[in-house]
Amino acid sequence: MANDMTATKSMATHTSGQFSTFFVADLFFGVDVLHVQEVLRSQHMTPVPQAPEVIEGLINLRGQIVTAIDMRRRLLLPPNTADQASMNMVVRTADGAVSLLVDEIGDVLDMDVSTYEQPPENLAPAARDLIRGVYKLKDRLLLVLDEERTVDLTVGRVA
Amino acid sequence: MFWLEESPHFGELNFPEDLPIEHPSDGHRRSDLEESGSLCGAWKGKGIMDDTCLEDREMIREFLVESYENLARLDQDLVELERHPLDANLLGSIFRTIHTIKGACGFLAFTTLEGITHQAESLLSQLRDGKRELNPGLVSLILETVDATRKVLGSIEASGAEGSLQFGDLTNRLRVEAEAIHDDESGSAPDQVANAATNDPEAEAGGNSDQSQLAQEELPKIEKRSGERRGGDRREDEGVPHSAAVDSNIRVGVGLLDKLMDLVGELVLTRNQILQFNTEREDPALNATSQRLNLITTELQEGVMKTRMQPIGVVWNKLPRVVRDISVGLGKQIQLHMDGAETELDRTIIEAIKDPLMHLVRNSCDHGVESPEVRMRAGKPPQGVLTLRAYHEGGQVNIEVGDDGAGIDVARVKQKAIERGILRPEQAEKLGDREALSLIFEPGFSTAQTVTNISGRGVGMDVVKSHIEKIGGVVDLYSRPGEGATVKIRIPLTLAIIPGLVIISGGERFVIPQVSLLELIRLEGDSAGKHIEYVHGTPVYRRRGSLLPITYLNQVLGLKSTVGAEAVNMVVLQAEDRQFGLVVDGIYDTQEIVVKPLGKQLKGLTLYAGATIMGDGRVALILDVLGIGQRSGVFGELRESARVVDKQKAQSTMEQQRLLLFRSGSFDRLAVPLSLVARLEEFPQSAIEHAGGGQVVQYRERILPLVSLRAVLESGASDEGMAADPVQVVVFNDGDISVGMVVDQILDVAEEAVTVRQKSGRKGLLGSAVVGKRVTDFLDLNLVLRESKQAWSAGADEHARGKTVLVADTSAFSRGMIRGGLDMAGYSVVEAANLDEVMRKLEQQTVDVIVTALELPPNGSSSLLTALRARPELRRIPILALVDSFDPVRISAAQTAGFEDCQAKFDGLLVLESVARLVSPKAVVEATAECVGCAVEVR
Repeated sequence: MANDMTATKSMATHTSGQFSTFFVADLFFGVDVLHVQEVLRSQHMTPVPQAPEVIEGLINLRGQIVTAIDMRRRLLLPPNTADQASMNMVVRTADGAVSLLVDEIGDVLDMDVSTYEQPPENLAPAARDLIRGVYKLKDRLLLVLDEERTVDLTVGRVA
Repeated sequence: MFWLEESPHFGELNFPEDLPIEHPSDGHRRSDLEESGSLCGAWKGKGIMDDTCLEDREMIREFLVESYENLARLDQDLVELERHPLDANLLGSIFRTIHTIKGACGFLAFTTLEGITHQAESLLSQLRDGKRELNPGLVSLILETVDATRKVLGSIEASGAEGSLQFGDLTNRLRVEAEAIHDDESGSAPDQVANAATNDPEAEAGGNSDQSQLAQEELPKIEKRSGERRGGDRREDEGVPHSAAVDSNIRVGVGLLDKLMDLVGELVLTRNQILQFNTEREDPALNATSQRLNLITTELQEGVMKTRMQPIGVVWNKLPRVVRDISVGLGKQIQLHMDGAETELDRTIIEAIKDPLMHLVRNSCDHGVESPEVRMRAGKPPQGVLTLRAYHEGGQVNIEVGDDGAGIDVARVKQKAIERGILRPEQAEKLGDREALSLIFEPGFSTAQTVTNISGRGVGMDVVKSHIEKIGGVVDLYSRPGEGATVKIRIPLTLAIIPGLVIISGGERFVIPQVSLLELIRLEGDSAGKHIEYVHGTPVYRRRGSLLPITYLNQVLGLKSTVGAEAVNMVVLQAEDRQFGLVVDGIYDTQEIVVKPLGKQLKGLTLYAGATIMGDGRVALILDVLGIGQRSGVFGELRESARVVDKQKAQSTMEQQRLLLFRSGSFDRLAVPLSLVARLEEFPQSAIEHAGGGQVVQYRERILPLVSLRAVLESGASDEGMAADPVQVVVFNDGDISVGMVVDQILDVAEEAVTVRQKSGRKGLLGSAVVGKRVTDFLDLNLVLRESKQAWSAGADEHARGKTVLVADTSAFSRGMIRGGLDMAGYSVVEAANLDEVMRKLEQQTVDVIVTALELPPNGSSSLLTALRARPELRRIPILALVDSFDPVRISAAQTAGFEDCQAKFDGLLVLESVARLVSPKAVVEATAECVGCAVEVR
């Protein structure tokens, strides 16, 4: 319990800790491990007609109905042409669980606060709204996703 | 991959929201250990708890729960006591309840509360010992004490402390009251009052805070007594059952029950899945097992549902007090009868009906039951009776709130509706009593003569209705003039699991809640195409003689239909009194479904009420019938509803009229005022004859010339309308002269508030306006009539010949509508938009009659009156004022203002008649006769 408490506290600053990583197109993202409920393979998706287009559909997560958001569309990226089906990364938000559809799941990484930086100013607006900051890894950059803003469709261009 | 039990928000738990002490009526929830740990911290932070805070907290919780329970009973007991002031048992029970609270307060060191209850206890002990008589003032005082106690308990619940309220005034009044008797009897000093009270053997133990040790020992004993009392009470007043014997009941957290309900929901879904699986294979063993599973699940579902059931009495308990307070406040005598308090409902529904029910009761007390004098005069007993009844019927719960008051005056309801602009006078006449009563549920409607602080603020019945409808219920109102009124509410037993119809559309399954479902219609083969007709592109279905608007679910949802057109499956739905047909690709079966909410991202979509999980584990969306109806536009497309009119009334420029809508050639939607139309006819091609270079038909022993509208509006166009068989003809009629206008198709009659308009430059059209949400062109009848080979002016009314009428109205559209009728009657018409223009036109030419809108710019038509009367040469011109709608009050006001006559703007016949009368007094008789003729033909 005490450890969890510290983890929870440090999470509030969002500058270090463990991140669950994933890929959307060529972007490498991370979400705070404590905000990730689970990761699932492709699920049967029930489409929601007339819903905002970033919403891919609804999935049944052990009796709970979870909205799935297509991350490519959320970030204004072209659709995935690969055969591989999207993965569901189920994150906990203030309004309950939401599934983010991503291309591929990466490892859980420990991040060092010294490598953290604010997102670059010239980032495309669609992405800048959703990214908290950047960790500089040796060979690539890890973008820290703000999951609360991601599932809030009033943020960014999607209405 | 990750499975974390701890909430990430754990560190943010704050105290007031997380101390889940609830009133007994709301159920009781225990937080788990984890929470209590954090709560401890919060309490510590406030400096009121030590290391043993967990135990103390638990004790305070127990105290709060029990006290709330006791107070709820106190309210009832006190009202009962007022009726039977000498009931020693009742008095004893009240005394003990107060005493128990006081004792616990002393022990827990809640001094304010202890002070209040102590004084009340003193009073009560005097009553119990027969030292004084009970009077209403005393009851009010004790009830006030109960309220104060509740406030302090609320504060303890929220913050752990008694709060800053001291209730010094109340304590003093209690003391003074208690002392009064002592002064009378023994003249003892105020200090001794407390002692006098604590001398009572029962009160002694818990009386002082420094005797807390004693109190602790005493507490269980007191508790036991009140337990006994509860058991004993049951026999005494069976009408209002209290909670059952303490021993056989345990408290269970509502959270746990909700979780159980969720699990049962899952089980129901799994059961559905197994049953589906079972039908696919022929295995006797599986068959037997799944049947058993089916039975057990159903029973379990019922059982768990029952645990969440609460008797409606938990809501009703508060009502005796409410009724008492109101009747005292209004000087009425009202007796409350409650029948079926044990009827059980799901707790979510109990929550939802609490406020509506309270409002209905207040309403009945305030408006329903008359004052004793009025009742006596009407030959009724002075005491009114308010009856609450609850009972199960057909899987639903019925709740009735009835009074034996004056009932509802239908005439006054209608009058009020007209005043409020909800209804027009001619509509009011046609309205049946039942329909008129339902007007009470319109927003902003209140028939109360005076606004009281109890009810009648104009918010109310519409809110009641919307609350009840939100939980799938129905409200009905019955009134027997002079005998009373009853509101009947029908609501489902539970909201969590509902029956629904599974349909398929665009390859996806959707669920329609059974409550919205009226019937299923399947049109097969040839009949499929034949039965769905199109009113100007809008599909309708003739259902038992009346037109049902239709919408296609595929279109509403933007999905592709997956089935051919060989059969049409239609679901007839109802939402808010309106019905429509929803065409779907396929209809499956009905199922019990578990309603689950949609995520925030989808909350904005009104099309869905939620989602559910089907037997195969997949998600299906639940359709929101109202949302579908609104989205597809089937509501208000063909006929406006009273509600829409109400909204549009707010727009000052609105004009109400009945319009005939039809189609001709490239004009999809044309309109003429219905008041100008005599009849609609169909003639077979064979009946059309040629005479005098034109086409005519024999019609009612006359020759009716036909004019093709298409030829008039689009010169040179091929005349398809004329070629159709039969031809659709709109007959215009004026005295001996008739003309038939051939159109392609009659669409509808709309009673419409014309709001948006645009003047048209096109020949034959007056302009465009929005009718039924679609742009509609208004036909210039004058042109049509000129096209008819008949010389209209030759046949025009004698009195109209050579007479000039000036039409003054700021709206070009209105002028066009008014002049249409006048033109037809043979007057020459000039138009003016405002006062300046009127005066200019009057200088230019002689005018025989002025027809003006009452609100003529800049200062209304009265300034016109003043301007005319100032000019001797113009003084004699008669003026006809036009008001927007027929309103006797305004018309008579206009007549007294100096106008010669006043009529409703779009009542063509009356306007014509009035103009004829004003032009030449001797023409009146003739004009009236003609108009009567017209009127008969219109019908």
